[in-house]
Amino acid sequence: MTTTTIERYCCVRALLLSVGLLALWSAQALGAGGTLTIIPHADLKNTDPIWTTAYITRNHGYMIYDTLFSLDDKFQPQPQMVDTWNVSTDGLKYTFTLRSGLKWHDGAPVRAADCVASLKRWGKRDGMGQKLMDLTASLDVVDDRTFTLTLKEPYGLVLQSLGKLSSNVPFMMPERVAQTDAFTQIKENIGSGPFKFVQEEWVPGSKVVYVRNPDYVPRAEPPSYAAGGKKVLVERVEWRYIPDPATAQAALAAGEVDYYEIPPVDLLPLLEKNADITVAILDPLGTQGMLRPNHLHPPFNHPKARQALLWMVKQEDYLRAVIGDPKFWRTCGAYFMCGAPFETDVGSEPLMRQDFNKAQQLMKEAGYNGEPVVLMDPTDIPILHNASLVTAQLLKKIGVNVQVQAMDWSTLTSRRAEKKPPAEGGWSLFHTWSTGADVSSPINNIGTSGGCEEKAWFGWPCNAEIEKLRDAWSRATDLAKQKEIVVELQRLLYETVPYVNFGQWFLPTAYRKSLKGVIVSPVPFFWNITKEG
Amino acid sequence: MAMYLLRRLLATIPVMGVVALFVFALLHLSPGDPAAVIAGDYARPADVQRIRQQLGLDQPLHVQLAIWLGHIIRGDLGTSIFSGLPVATLIGQRLEPTLALTVCTMVIAVLLAVPLGVVAAWQAGTWIDRLVMVVAVLGFSVPVFWLGFLLIYSFAVRLEVLPVQGYVSFRQGLVPCLKHLVLPSCTLGLVYMALIARMTRASVLEVLREDYIRTAHAKGLSPRVVLLWHALKNAALPIVTVIGVGVALLIGGVVVTESVFAIPGLGRLTVDAILHRDYPVIQGIILVFSGVYVLVNLLVDVAYTFLDPRIRY
Repeated sequence: MTTTTIERYCCVRALLLSVGLLALWSAQALGAGGTLTIIPHADLKNTDPIWTTAYITRNHGYMIYDTLFSLDDKFQPQPQMVDTWNVSTDGLKYTFTLRSGLKWHDGAPVRAADCVASLKRWGKRDGMGQKLMDLTASLDVVDDRTFTLTLKEPYGLVLQSLGKLSSNVPFMMPERVAQTDAFTQIKENIGSGPFKFVQEEWVPGSKVVYVRNPDYVPRAEPPSYAAGGKKVLVERVEWRYIPDPATAQAALAAGEVDYYEIPPVDLLPLLEKNADITVAILDPLGTQGMLRPNHLHPPFNHPKARQALLWMVKQEDYLRAVIGDPKFWRTCGAYFMCGAPFETDVGSEPLMRQDFNKAQQLMKEAGYNGEPVVLMDPTDIPILHNASLVTAQLLKKIGVNVQVQAMDWSTLTSRRAEKKPPAEGGWSLFHTWSTGADVSSPINNIGTSGGCEEKAWFGWPCNAEIEKLRDAWSRATDLAKQKEIVVELQRLLYETVPYVNFGQWFLPTAYRKSLKGVIVSPVPFFWNITKEG
Repeated sequence: MAMYLLRRLLATIPVMGVVALFVFALLHLSPGDPAAVIAGDYARPADVQRIRQQLGLDQPLHVQLAIWLGHIIRGDLGTSIFSGLPVATLIGQRLEPTLALTVCTMVIAVLLAVPLGVVAAWQAGTWIDRLVMVVAVLGFSVPVFWLGFLLIYSFAVRLEVLPVQGYVSFRQGLVPCLKHLVLPSCTLGLVYMALIARMTRASVLEVLREDYIRTAHAKGLSPRVVLLWHALKNAALPIVTVIGVGVALLIGGVVVTESVFAIPGLGRLTVDAILHRDYPVIQGIILVFSGVYVLVNLLVDVAYTFLDPRIRY
């Protein structure tokens, strides 16, 4: 071979290698391609994750927005949009500097002013945000990438608040969007997140489409819950809402969709038998069931009547009725979730030992005279409907005159706001659930609030001592102190019974084996996933 | 005829006015609060109240009605309180799948039902007649969702020749569009086939007893000519009526089939809106449906004039 030929050969080889490396880097940097098709747990009805607490809107938020901080799998806040931050020695002034190169989906750079406006809007709606804003003296823009948060007094949950995992998540929006009144829905869906929302392809009730954001610069760290790098490895994600579970299961089996977020439990055995499908619990925290009494009216305005519910309930009964297979549930005496940082079983003996005689005795001591107890039963939600049937049966066993009123969930959400007596259109009991991320701490768990009619959640428990302890927890600056407060708080919660925890369950997700990199997290995330074949 | 059409169209206005009032009253007097649904499960009561105020749902009913009617008169069906999209846009998104399903279903139903009904009438009392009637009874007795699942299991899951679910627009290709419509059309088509076949049989049987049919036979015309050119044409009026009613029902939305096959049609839009108390969407859709029903009835009446020259308006 002549020198010229070798040179040409090497040049060609070098060129080919460069092209190949460029293609590989492009594939990594730009996404491996393909469309990821998801069956979400609900239909995306509205797109403003500050306006509503609906989980589907929260999940949409994670697709197109980003946050200043995010929680990792140890529930520790990690920087996400923030590059560096520091806290003054007196603990009052936080200075945040954003990562460089952050852009909104319309190409404009992300500025500190956008973040300040977003935090203010979030702080008007979210409980944790409101707490933070109450303790904040000012939020000030220093320059385009830097802003400060100055507190009125030291507060241990600043970063935790900014990295809140579940609704309402403090998503960052452009300033003009964040200046929308917090009780009015935003009109633009522009974020700086790993995906872009394709508005023109959105068919509410049927399809939501996202495409990869080519300008997104993921962090270098590996993903861990909401923290770490959000590398998008597909070109497009489609959410296809398929209301019928049998059809959804068939679509997954046929390969028409890739991922079924929450298949019904009775279809799980069929999915588990399919060699092309993985059934896995991706949410390690699970979900907590709540039996919520009305604290305003008899009999459950009396703490002994509420304690009677503790002795009446046997979590296994509920969990078998609502979930079935024991591998998807566990009993748990912790108000703040088993498997979460503030798990404790202090005070839980009445809940963990069923005793109908004790329950009957307590109802008598509460002055119960056989008046009707109105149990709202949302028949369109199988889990809550089944739980209602169990509660009705148990109430009858302890001599309670229970009236089960069947309705749909929309009617229930409207009726539970009624403060009238049960006989005049009010209510006595209803069931609901909450994901672990939303009840894993005293400040998140609005069900434990003793804020009375003005501030508490539906049911309106009223206990100043509970509020003092919740406030003390939020101000505690170290974990040991927080755990100490939780023990005292839970003891009090078991005396006052804001609600009864009827068990903890873990709903698995089913997805095609061709998907790799699915993230384990209490909230479903669709970055890091590749689709082979 | 022109005056007749104009009179009928003008008569639509009071009909739709009554429908509008009725729907508005029924919705607002029913239990449920869209603000509570919007706010989500973990919203505080005060937040729900604020959202209600922002949406104008705390206004007196007569004020809300006046505002809505004012928009309707200007041709504005309103905006979904959930998605923020115009109701007209939402209906527009769902119209194509619904119309496509309607057309395919009626083509299958009519192409099967009319010949079956005619044959059953012609062979009345024989095993052919009984077989056709058994098929017809099965057709409207079998639950639609069961049949849908059966077809999905057989053709989509086991044989893998057709898709399980979804809708593909004809703009993305006629073949993919038709492939997605085959199973839902067959599911629904069986129901309508049953209805149309029975009506065809009854109508043709009645006509076959007429003197002019005897005359046609006496003239030496073949049974095929007698059936198709004399009997069927004269029996067409009630058949066309049933087909018209069927079309109106299909456009109104067949929720079960749309849910089973995940077709984004008007039926599911209506049910979703009702479940979430999306008042503007419910009101807008029902107003549009009432207009569609009136229009379909008008088209059926006009079709009579082509089928029976004795009918003139």
